[in-house]
Amino acid sequence: MEASEAKSKRAGGSRLCCICNKRRPVLKRPKTLQQICRECFYEVFEEEIHQVIVQNRLFKSGERVAIGASGGKDSTVLAYVLSELNRRHNYGLDLFLLSIDEGITGYRDDSLETVKRNEVQYGLPLQIVSYKDLYGWTMDDIVKMIGLKNNCTFCGVFRRQVSKHSLFTQTFIIPIIFCFMISSLIDFLKALDRGATLLKVDKLVTGHNADDIAETVLLNILRGDIARLSRCTSITTGEDGPIPRCKPFKYTYEKEIVMYAYFKKLDYFSTECIYSPNAYRGFAREFIKDLERLRPRAILDIIKSGEDFRIATTTKMPEQGTCERCGYISSQKWCKACVLLEGLNRGLPKMGIGRPRGSVNGDNKHTKAGSTAKSIESKQCGSLDF
Amino acid sequence: MQLTLEFGGGLELLCDSIKIHKVNINLPNESDILTMKDLLSWVRTNLIKERPEMFMKGDTVRPGVLVLVNDCDWELSGQLDTTLEDKDVIVFISTLHGG
Repeated sequence: MEASEAKSKRAGGSRLCCICNKRRPVLKRPKTLQQICRECFYEVFEEEIHQVIVQNRLFKSGERVAIGASGGKDSTVLAYVLSELNRRHNYGLDLFLLSIDEGITGYRDDSLETVKRNEVQYGLPLQIVSYKDLYGWTMDDIVKMIGLKNNCTFCGVFRRQVSKHSLFTQTFIIPIIFCFMISSLIDFLKALDRGATLLKVDKLVTGHNADDIAETVLLNILRGDIARLSRCTSITTGEDGPIPRCKPFKYTYEKEIVMYAYFKKLDYFSTECIYSPNAYRGFAREFIKDLERLRPRAILDIIKSGEDFRIATTTKMPEQGTCERCGYISSQKWCKACVLLEGLNRGLPKMGIGRPRGSVNGDNKHTKAGSTAKSIESKQCGSLDF
Repeated sequence: MQLTLEFGGGLELLCDSIKIHKVNINLPNESDILTMKDLLSWVRTNLIKERPEMFMKGDTVRPGVLVLVNDCDWELSGQLDTTLEDKDVIVFISTLHGG
């Protein structure tokens, strides 16, 4: 006993947990700089998330909620905590795990194994939907065609628009336009068969944490993307679309999520997507991490700044209409996914990437990435691309 | 000094994909104590086989890498100044990957 006492004296100093004053602290919370013990950490962590859910009215009793599960740290902890809070506080939710298979060898196949284990560990049913089924293209196919730049654009757009497909909505009526997205009738029937009656989703939750949102605020500032900036701190998005999405971890620090998973011994998969080192987000991430080291509160403060931004009335904002091809929400004639897919299917992989000229209307004009005589100020808000 | 080092969150890929390393470290000549600072530089030299910038930045770990000494956040014990003792378990977890 002496050795471990000596160790704990050294490890925690002579302090005790700030909250219970009984046990030795194991963690210094970045949010509050408090030193707390394991049990108090679990309580505070879970309670804060419960408060975020309640105060922001994220759910209604009886809703069928899909938990975006990648097998990574955030989604594993999300599945565990949400399932626990659902039980403890009687949210009355019908929860299940939803995984997207982008078709990235070595990355997604391994992480899907983890989600399958989560299905067993947490007793939550699992549904897997693949890009191949929905779009006819895997990320590996896409990268073969476009090379290693701009992959994240494709993946991000396709991932977000997965919910537009009628596999997810409450109605069973499949729009005819859906046929254009699938290369053959047989594929169409397979995709339909696979998911239609099963999925029926009211809401989608994702594990985006405070660090992610702070990064996104910064990214949008760096890119001058005012339209996205005004939306990216919303805890619920897509309320006017087919499936609303929400982020219960909006105010939860990544460090705490990892520590929670570590102490609770939760099973997760942790490898970088092989295509991501070239993504611009990496710079914002590095910066946020450096900032956190100096002043941990900065992460929440950046989110607060993002929430409180007001756009000048003279700023021209893109109008939200619908895509002519598939009916999804879009500020252009065709939504981004349709533009990207058209480019892929016609062997014009740069379509939809880089600065647009005039309106993006699906004409097969190959957009050049060169500069124009127009000045930056005359560009429509949100239309600058890297 | 016998120590057990664990690497998680993808860091194991920098050490030949081995998650747990049981090591024996000699104390630096001038002193009779081993600090985390000494340990880090030892790890960088002896265990990290590739891309050391993923693990360390300057004298300390890269921002985004969590360090636990005997299951306790190293921020509580003085970070780089933490003194280590025989049979200690040190865990390095990277948070820098998708969730």
